[in-house]
Amino acid sequence: MTAVEVKNLYFKYEKEWILEDINFTLKDKEFMAIIGPNGGGKTTLLKILLGFLNPNKGEIKIYSKSPKESREIIGYVPQHTNFSLDLPITVFDIVLQGRLKKRKFFYNQKDKQKANEVLENLKIKNLKNKKIKDLSGGQRQKVLIARALVSEPKLLIMDEPTSAIDPSGQKEILDLIESFNVTRIVVSHDIKILLRNVDKIAYIHKKATIHEGPKLNIPKDKHFCEVELIDFLKDENCGI
Amino acid sequence: MWDLISNSVYASILLSIAIAIIGSLIVINKTTAITGSIAHGSFGGIGLAMFLGSSIILTTSAFTIVLAIILAFITIKFPHRKDSLIGVIWAVGMSIGIIFLSLTPGYQSDALSYLFGNILLVENRDLIFMGIIDSLILISIIFLYNRFLAMSYDREFLTLRGINANMLYTYFLILTSLTIVMSVRAIGIILILALFTIPALIAEKFTKKFFSMMIVSGILGLVFMVGGIIISFYYDISPTPTIVIIAGVALILSLLKK
Repeated sequence: MTAVEVKNLYFKYEKEWILEDINFTLKDKEFMAIIGPNGGGKTTLLKILLGFLNPNKGEIKIYSKSPKESREIIGYVPQHTNFSLDLPITVFDIVLQGRLKKRKFFYNQKDKQKANEVLENLKIKNLKNKKIKDLSGGQRQKVLIARALVSEPKLLIMDEPTSAIDPSGQKEILDLIESFNVTRIVVSHDIKILLRNVDKIAYIHKKATIHEGPKLNIPKDKHFCEVELIDFLKDENCGI
Repeated sequence: MWDLISNSVYASILLSIAIAIIGSLIVINKTTAITGSIAHGSFGGIGLAMFLGSSIILTTSAFTIVLAIILAFITIKFPHRKDSLIGVIWAVGMSIGIIFLSLTPGYQSDALSYLFGNILLVENRDLIFMGIIDSLILISIIFLYNRFLAMSYDREFLTLRGINANMLYTYFLILTSLTIVMSVRAIGIILILALFTIPALIAEKFTKKFFSMMIVSGILGLVFMVGGIIISFYYDISPTPTIVIIAGVALILSLLKK
């Protein structure tokens, strides 16, 4: 079953093309890493997939619907560094937000049960009543993952899930993402993600170079090899 | 003494409900500058009402609702320029008020009383209007508590959940504008911002949940207002600045506590 289908996608900001002729498909439960240099168009592509930006040309289908129509089945995990820490809000309050819906004003028992279950699965139930300010970066990121998972999404889209997190926290987050049984798209500038069990790699630098598994099938892109790739992967994959 | 201050105490109770809910939302949504802009811009509505000879409450309500919608549009559409545009609305609104006042025959001393307010001069009709707006605020928070909290934390996520976050934000600014109109007679345009943000700022520091923040800021608002009324009554000084100074001292003390 096709989960995500992107065909001939073009996006222009003012007079400059940010994305040109992007094409890829992702099957149900597959894991895709979107990597590439800053300013290469990764975030733009993510915003288009979420329906926040409209492409100038091309077509996107998420489980056969447009991004806006499929929002209910998308779980989105933004970067934890985007949010104010002063807000008097507990972990449980944040996670419950994943259960909000268009015509739903109050949380019911099932919502609370689901939130508890997800917190338990992510091993952060002990943080349930803590203020978001009192958590580490890794814990905050897990809370945002829990908020996305509590909506029972078919597609999980994550924006730089390991940024501003210590190395052990990064490993924990990546282990978790790898274990989820849903379709996953992770946008990351951290190429350690390529060491993971990804099914597809999209290297975005205006255009997209798509590489299908197995892991460590690194894009043979000049910029990527020379600038982005960490040394120990360069030798193996770029012949540099 | 009670006869002289009874209306002001009732006004304090009614205002503390708005301070609890709208004040807390202003602080967590970081809309203090927008609130200042609507408050000062509301002077345009007061000037217009005096010029037309219409009801100050109704004309100013309509005027500030328009300001709230314009400000919502500006902050959503031009986020990178909102700071300057908020300042423009602030000044233009006041200027409109001054122009209308200068076009109105006679000396409009009453208009100036709205700048600083006087809680001791609150009349029964002001209390009725406060009660109506409080009811609207209470109904809104009961139904929209979860959405307002989600909006304050992550507006983009709320949109992804299929909820029109921009519409909700505009509604919040409309509630803010009505709160300003209900407070302007008692607190005054210039000092309104302090009374709506200080209790919430103190409460935010000592609470873990938004609900508790609202309760604590409402209680603090009431204590500051009643305290200010009693002190101003005994020392024959202006009540609103007294209330604001008490609140300001409390804020400084709260900041000293780690």
